[in-house]
Amino acid sequence: MTIVTHTDYRLSHLDELEAESIHIFREVAAEFEKPVLMFSGGKDSICMMRLAEKAFYPAKIPFPVLQIDTGYDFAEVLATRDRWVDRLGVRLIVASVEQAIKDGVVVDDGKTSRNRLQTGTLLHTIEDEGFTAAFGGGRRDEEKARAKERVYSHRDEFGQWDPKMQRPELWSLYNGKIREGEHMRVFPLSNWTELDVWHYIGREQIEIPSIYFAHEREVFDRDGMLLSTSEYVTLKADEVPEVRTVRFRTVGDMTLTGCVESTASTIDEIIDEIAVARVTERGATRGDDRFSEAAMEDRKREGYF
Amino acid sequence: MATSDSSISGRPSMAGPDSSISGRPSMDLLRFATAGSVDDGKSTLIGRLLLDSKQIFEDQLEAVERTSKERGFDYTDLALLTDGLRSEREQGITIDVAYRYFATPRRKFIIADTPGHVQYTRNMVTGASTADLGLVLVDARQGMTEQSRRHAVILSLLRVPHLVLAVNKMDLVDYSEEVFEKIQADFTSFATKLTIPDLTVIPISALKGDNVVERSERMPWYDGSSLLHHLEHIHVASDRDLVDTRLPVQYVVRPKSDDFHDYRGYAGQIAGGVLKPGDEVLVLPSGFTSRIAAIDAFDKEVDEAFPPMSVTVRLEDDLDVSRGDMICRPQNAPTPSQDIDAMVCWMANEPKLRQRQKLAFKHTTRTGRVMVKDLQYRLDVNTLHRDLDATELGLNEMGRVQLRTTVPLLCDPYEKNRTTGSFVLIDEATGVTVGAGMIN
Repeated sequence: MTIVTHTDYRLSHLDELEAESIHIFREVAAEFEKPVLMFSGGKDSICMMRLAEKAFYPAKIPFPVLQIDTGYDFAEVLATRDRWVDRLGVRLIVASVEQAIKDGVVVDDGKTSRNRLQTGTLLHTIEDEGFTAAFGGGRRDEEKARAKERVYSHRDEFGQWDPKMQRPELWSLYNGKIREGEHMRVFPLSNWTELDVWHYIGREQIEIPSIYFAHEREVFDRDGMLLSTSEYVTLKADEVPEVRTVRFRTVGDMTLTGCVESTASTIDEIIDEIAVARVTERGATRGDDRFSEAAMEDRKREGYF
Repeated sequence: MATSDSSISGRPSMAGPDSSISGRPSMDLLRFATAGSVDDGKSTLIGRLLLDSKQIFEDQLEAVERTSKERGFDYTDLALLTDGLRSEREQGITIDVAYRYFATPRRKFIIADTPGHVQYTRNMVTGASTADLGLVLVDARQGMTEQSRRHAVILSLLRVPHLVLAVNKMDLVDYSEEVFEKIQADFTSFATKLTIPDLTVIPISALKGDNVVERSERMPWYDGSSLLHHLEHIHVASDRDLVDTRLPVQYVVRPKSDDFHDYRGYAGQIAGGVLKPGDEVLVLPSGFTSRIAAIDAFDKEVDEAFPPMSVTVRLEDDLDVSRGDMICRPQNAPTPSQDIDAMVCWMANEPKLRQRQKLAFKHTTRTGRVMVKDLQYRLDVNTLHRDLDATELGLNEMGRVQLRTTVPLLCDPYEKNRTTGSFVLIDEATGVTVGAGMIN
């Protein structure tokens, strides 16, 4: 099938973002010995999977996919993950926080969230498997610290990010030089916004976890956030569960990821909802970003996604 | 070529791929770089653009309002919206390039927000390298300063095709036409020494919102458009070279699967010109010629490819083509060369750029090593003075150098093509990017 395109030699913003991301995927595949794609099952990592699929088609994606299993993941997300991995025929590596705690790789002191324990698990897996580049779905519009991060984000032997030592990034010339034991985090969606991701998912008609769409769920209010009841959460005395129609704006650890009341059941309705949303996706629904003004910067320095 | 249904289990209620989403007309993309210091009100302007285009969310605004109050400010400091890193917040300055995003129904905008001080020339060069447009701010009370001249020089050296001079703080000069015209005349006369194909001067007040989103009623003497209107309507598609065909081969796609047994595609992002199936092509550096059999964009074939599309090209003949090669046209190809004359911006404290120094380079999809043969002069970006006695380039300095490369570069002059005319220099010991080069 041949399609006639763009007689005025202009690309739409989504086409231009797509072309840039595909360029990044190919560059990494060509220059790094052992890349891996960090896949959470969330919309951003699904968007990355789609771009990787396009970058190498009709060949398969030439690197494996890594998921850090917090042990508190949504079943709907894991099911979507499995369908994507099956369809694309890529190798899936699941690194479990549970196992990392058992092995003494990370310490569960009862106070640190599973989200935070992911960092140690992730770094251990990267080191163990010898990955030299790890694709992440981070976007610069998400958060102030991310706005200054490079597409190629260099990590030292400890997996740390040093914002003051970042390499300048010019034109589309990405510098992939690393030394033994170091690795590169690569963010192909750096220039995408939340809305761009949704428009792209709508345009591409690709599967995302059903929890992004409005559904009935038993929820309770904790510190102003609506959390799902589950076997992983113990309700406090004043917390009363009730069934409401909700959807999730981000997916993560069930014990920390809040949902919003919504009737949006299609991509278009989600886009309309976001267009008038008054609170950022992380501010609304991520307990892990609320601790301090610099929460994300601190976690990033330690080697978080 | 075999095609497969690309969509899986799409929810039946989703919009079709061709429908404009949520009733929006199709948008394009404009990347612009801003330069100016805190005092010029740059952060306030960006904060205003984000706020007025509703990109600022309540939780972000509340955080900024809270901080402004804690610090005892009389009004909400929109500049706080763009201070990213803790060390920047502590020092109240911006030290790195920050990328910001906003969109109107017509366009998506990517702002490369760069600090203005002389020590941050490298950040401005970085921000300008990808920009379609440069936005320079001056304070109406001060007019042209050394800093604003430097910003214009850098934008000109980086061949940013459009420049907007925003004369800010017009509210503090009583919206005076005279003040504006004086600054406009000063800048225009200075700009004649530079390469600035398109210059627009707009009087604004970022703090009060005059001429930022809406035309201001307080400056009836100004008959141009508001800043946002200008950014939304400026034509950038033809800034790209659509004549000289250049496809740096990035990756060779070989599926080695039963369905695509003999498939061999050359993937890359078009750097110049328009490629069509049937076109006769020349592959450098081998010099072999062939014809384009098909251009694949995922599971579809396209009838033409142009910058900045990422595509996979198949050739009619079985040639040995690999990463780092360049697909171009027999009558229109770059001349491979190992002797490179370039303007270099140096970006590291140590080492400095010196004669006989060896470095790694990356140019399009090619890498190799270079030796610095000669530093011809150092350019003072404030005065345009050429220091012919210079023996080294330090951090944030620019100069004209002669380089010898281990492998030929398939390059064009930077003024013709910003992709095939640019390269970066890398310190081999640390792997750090230490220089940015533009080929003459």
